Amino acid sequence: MLKPWLGRAAVLALPALPTLLAMLTTAVLFILFLLIQGQPAWQAGPLVFEGAFGSMFAWENTLMRAAPLMLTALCVALPARAGLIIIGGEGALVLGGLAAAVTPLWLPALPAWPMLIAMGVAAMLAGGLWIGLSGWLRQKRGVNETIGSLLLSYIALAIFRHLVEGPLRDPNSLNKPSTPPLDSGYQIGVISDSFYVHWGLVAGVVTCVLAWVLVRYSVVGFSLRIVGGNPRTPRMLGLPVDRLVLLTCVLGGAAAGLAGMYEVSAVQGSANTALISGYGTAGILVAFAARHNPLGIIVCAILLGGLEASGGLLQRRLGLPDATTLILQGILFINLLAWEALTRRTLDWRLWLRGHWIAAPSSRAGSTEVSHG
Amino acid sequence: MAESELSIFLLALLAGAIRVGTPFLFVSLGECLTEKGGRINLGLEGILVTGAMTGYAVSYLSGSPWLGVFAAGLSGLALGLVHGVICSLPRVNDIAFGIALILFGTGLAFFLGKDFIQPSAPMLPSIPLGFWSDDTRVRSALNVNVLFFIGVALAFVLHWSLRGTRWGLMLRLVGDHEDSAQALGYRAAGVRIVATGVGGFLAGVGGAYLSLYYPGSWNEGLSSGQGLMAVALVIFARWQPINCLWAALLFGAAGAVGPALQAIGIGWGYYLFNAIPYVLTLAVMVITCRPDRTLSGAPGELSLNR
Repeated sequence: MLKPWLGRAAVLALPALPTLLAMLTTAVLFILFLLIQGQPAWQAGPLVFEGAFGSMFAWENTLMRAAPLMLTALCVALPARAGLIIIGGEGALVLGGLAAAVTPLWLPALPAWPMLIAMGVAAMLAGGLWIGLSGWLRQKRGVNETIGSLLLSYIALAIFRHLVEGPLRDPNSLNKPSTPPLDSGYQIGVISDSFYVHWGLVAGVVTCVLAWVLVRYSVVGFSLRIVGGNPRTPRMLGLPVDRLVLLTCVLGGAAAGLAGMYEVSAVQGSANTALISGYGTAGILVAFAARHNPLGIIVCAILLGGLEASGGLLQRRLGLPDATTLILQGILFINLLAWEALTRRTLDWRLWLRGHWIAAPSSRAGSTEVSHG
Repeated sequence: MAESELSIFLLALLAGAIRVGTPFLFVSLGECLTEKGGRINLGLEGILVTGAMTGYAVSYLSGSPWLGVFAAGLSGLALGLVHGVICSLPRVNDIAFGIALILFGTGLAFFLGKDFIQPSAPMLPSIPLGFWSDDTRVRSALNVNVLFFIGVALAFVLHWSLRGTRWGLMLRLVGDHEDSAQALGYRAAGVRIVATGVGGFLAGVGGAYLSLYYPGSWNEGLSSGQGLMAVALVIFARWQPINCLWAALLFGAAGAVGPALQAIGIGWGYYLFNAIPYVLTLAVMVITCRPDRTLSGAPGELSLNR
């Protein structure tokens, strides 16, 4: 006879089944893709792992990339709680970065801490306003938020390029147009010399945990679950739907803006076009992979950061183009969504397991029959 | 502004409307067909890039640009079918899947297209409609690509067949009211898969135009979001293929403002002027959309409206 505890473990593991299957099929498809190309597929797999988590250096590289991903993923995940699909995080990130870079130019000289806080606030305001605008357009004007946020993101990139290569350009930045470099006192350093990752990682993790507390335990989070579930119920309850939706957009945008601030003050040292590196787009994938759960985002951001970090190694050792990781991300995203189709079945299987495997051997079989039906 | 400068500017705008508008036309016709069936495919952006790469590569390898266009269409058909099939599974969100397809399509194109950035492929021919003029500017402006005329013809054919053929009516029924279609014995999923596939084919052809005519080369910065703007363009056109034609020309002209200003020596704000199509799209959506009602002409099953 099968042990009941095994059944309970199976019930607990079932929700993860679609994700696991998605990762498995991604690996198979990716290997197949490389084999068709005549590439050494069997070396690529271990290399991805080595480049992502194989050494201390790899870990640092991975976590450095994971930090902004956590924040840009929140830009998707928080509005998604209210039922919106926002994909314009890239624009919020670059505007946030720009706001952070120009704050020290426009404020009088301040000590490091107040200035960093001012930069962070400016970045969050810029990002929050931008994504908030998408949410406002959707609630007040009926403009689809997916397309609206993306158009706003394109517009933000144009504004960013115009300002960085025009009015705000540092005349000394010759072949790489950028804003004047930040004073070294306003640059954010690494956590420690033996752990060479900037403080943005801590900011990312803390923000994700805060977001988790917000959606899980606060009244706002509970209201959001109702708003995201059905458009009519919250209105009947008299919930302020528009304000809640707007709040998630502003908070999400603020997170992406903060990512821009860390990219400027901890990585680039000024605002330049290197900020436009796809963190916003990859954040969409992270959020969907984590099913918009803020704690899941931490894990998924590290996984995806690792995937991106391994790109360099694949390029150097196997001569694969840098688009390899982009394909891998695409296949992963497709599989994650496609296996989502299984979730309805897993619910059935859960019920079946509860009825037959866990409770059936005991004397309470009769009562489970009732609950099953 | 001197009078000659104004005429140069307007001529560049007219030429741009056709030249920049043609890919918009193909992608928006593809999206229109897809949305008529009740699905939305944001992945046309990825398909566009894949089509551009495939068209360029096949044209280079075979020496025939038309074979390239056809191959680009086929690659779009394949990716469109993937979208159609997987979105027919339960609980799969078509908007999210479109985003995944953008990632995959661009990744695929960048990966496979690495070797084709350097060589130059044979380009698509154009018809010199400006033969009567002595002015070289007029002549180059009226050099219109054959694909544009095919696109215009296609817009009229689609417009007619959506109203007047059995196929078109079935597609619209599936897109407007799935239950009625099922009551008549049509399988909604099958119809949508075909519509998304054909839409992908058209988007692929639009991509081939980018790489094989204007701008006329293959590189990784070729597309500037035309595939996504097409989604907004279809809303602007109220899901009517003929309106897609006018909207595509308008967007083409908007996209040509930056280069046209450069042609008369105004270099200031290049990036800002290039963002005009996005601003225009957003403005159009703000004006036409309302939160309390769905748009007239919108397919009833479209997730965009729910």
